Amino acid sequence: MIKAEWFYWLVGISFLVMAARMVADRSNPKRFGTGAFWGLIGAGFIYSSWVVTKQAPAAPLGAAVLVTAVLAGFGFTGRGTPRTTSPEERTASAARLGNKLFVPALTIPAVALACAVGVKHLSIGGRPVLQEGSETILGLGLGAVVALAVGMAMLREKRITVPVEAGRSMLEAMGWAMLLPQMLATLGTIFQVSGVGGQVGKLAASVLPKDSLYIAVVVYCVGMFAFTLIMGNAFAAFPVMTAAVGWPVLIGHFHGNPAAVLALGMLAGFCGTLVTPMAANFNIVPAALLELKDQYGPIKAQLPTAGVLLGCNMVVMALFAF
Amino acid sequence: MIVLLGVLVVVIGFATKRNPLLVVGVAGIFTGFLGGLSPGKVLAAFGEGFASSRAVTIFAITLPVIGLLERYGLQEQARTLIARFGRLTTGRFLALYLGLRQIGAAVGLTNVFGHAQTVRPLAVPMAEGAAERAHGQLPDRTREKIRSFAASADNVGLFFGEDVFLAVGSILLITGFVNTTYGTHLEPLDLALWAIPTALCAFVVHGWRLLRLDRQLERELLTAHVHHTSAAEADQ
Repeated sequence: MIKAEWFYWLVGISFLVMAARMVADRSNPKRFGTGAFWGLIGAGFIYSSWVVTKQAPAAPLGAAVLVTAVLAGFGFTGRGTPRTTSPEERTASAARLGNKLFVPALTIPAVALACAVGVKHLSIGGRPVLQEGSETILGLGLGAVVALAVGMAMLREKRITVPVEAGRSMLEAMGWAMLLPQMLATLGTIFQVSGVGGQVGKLAASVLPKDSLYIAVVVYCVGMFAFTLIMGNAFAAFPVMTAAVGWPVLIGHFHGNPAAVLALGMLAGFCGTLVTPMAANFNIVPAALLELKDQYGPIKAQLPTAGVLLGCNMVVMALFAF
Repeated sequence: MIVLLGVLVVVIGFATKRNPLLVVGVAGIFTGFLGGLSPGKVLAAFGEGFASSRAVTIFAITLPVIGLLERYGLQEQARTLIARFGRLTTGRFLALYLGLRQIGAAVGLTNVFGHAQTVRPLAVPMAEGAAERAHGQLPDRTREKIRSFAASADNVGLFFGEDVFLAVGSILLITGFVNTTYGTHLEPLDLALWAIPTALCAFVVHGWRLLRLDRQLERELLTAHVHHTSAAEADQ
């Protein structure tokens, strides 16, 4: 049986290898901070296996996580100058390879989907091939490995260091943003342990009318929209609104379908991202990039669509999630 | 009730644009203490949270292969693909771009398109070129409008396409959060399926608005030209 933990070790080892290469990269003025950041995360990925089974204390891992937050938060991470192909080489290679270039990239979702719906039911000697409950995640991992093999064979690339270096420079370019969803999920757990969810749930229950499903749907969706508007990030709004209304009221009290309620709630948040200047990288940076005089141009173009889609999400949720 | 101040820390932190990792760290510590946890328990809560939500970050494993393909011209090929549609009107071209962006994001190719990768170098020149073919020289106001709509096509396509891909950050954030917090066994695939109705709505609604752009431009440019001519006559 292929276990989910093996895959986490693979991710952890990749981070550690990339971190070692980051430290060795003299073109990065902050190479030690950057290497420490990804090195700690890589080590954390592996150490976590024993935290999950309660064979190792969780506190040292927590301390490492907070150190990474400090490294990123006070600007100790940076990026090197990637040694890569020139624009001319890329154009020439794209002309030579054409749409074949998409094949390895599309292998990832194809394998992931096959694992999630097909391989899931396979078993050898009465034992499932993929660990139960982790099929999609393992599918993604297998997909990435297969895609890399397909890509290297297709491009006749023999050096494994080439994709490792390419991946490392993408990791450096994304930086801490890459870790944000996981940190927010962690915050969600802390909210729960500290009793935030229970408190907000009680508060929501006292404000919301007991038997009005429709009002609860509107409160959850508009709440996601509004929180995203203020914070500029649906990922940050999600744990808050879900602990407050989504889980206790819509799923707990009204017995909604969790997948539908949560997916549509997140999408209601995305409608907020479309109209907030706080989401600068989507709305304000492009205005500058396209040399617009009105920096709110993209937001104005998106506003009516965002409004209609917020409504769509609420209607779909109210009609089909219960 | 006082633990709710932790939520406030998140809101204020994000709203004042502090580094998000730092905001989350501070909010977590603050909330833990308000909830009566000891310093050791707070650290342990961070550790347990991190360990059980690793699934959210695993898409990093796809970076080497995507990076490798980019070295060999993946983005250039995406541009070539879009450039084939140079004969369409502004609105139709942008609607098509919206569709391509959505499909790309739905199969996990979120970084192949983007404001820097495709909107500025390709979508904007092509959309403006189409309008120029139809109406001649464009006033600045019209250019601004076309560019804003090009940016919007990229954003709408990305946001309402990526959630259909089952291994995207937002989907894994949902499963990571609720599976850890409430002990459920939600599958990413179920969530991705529920993103499809909204994805279709997004394509219909925004696509329709982009198609309408052609008529709007026609009307605007017509009045602009009339205005321009009558102003010239008045000068005489």
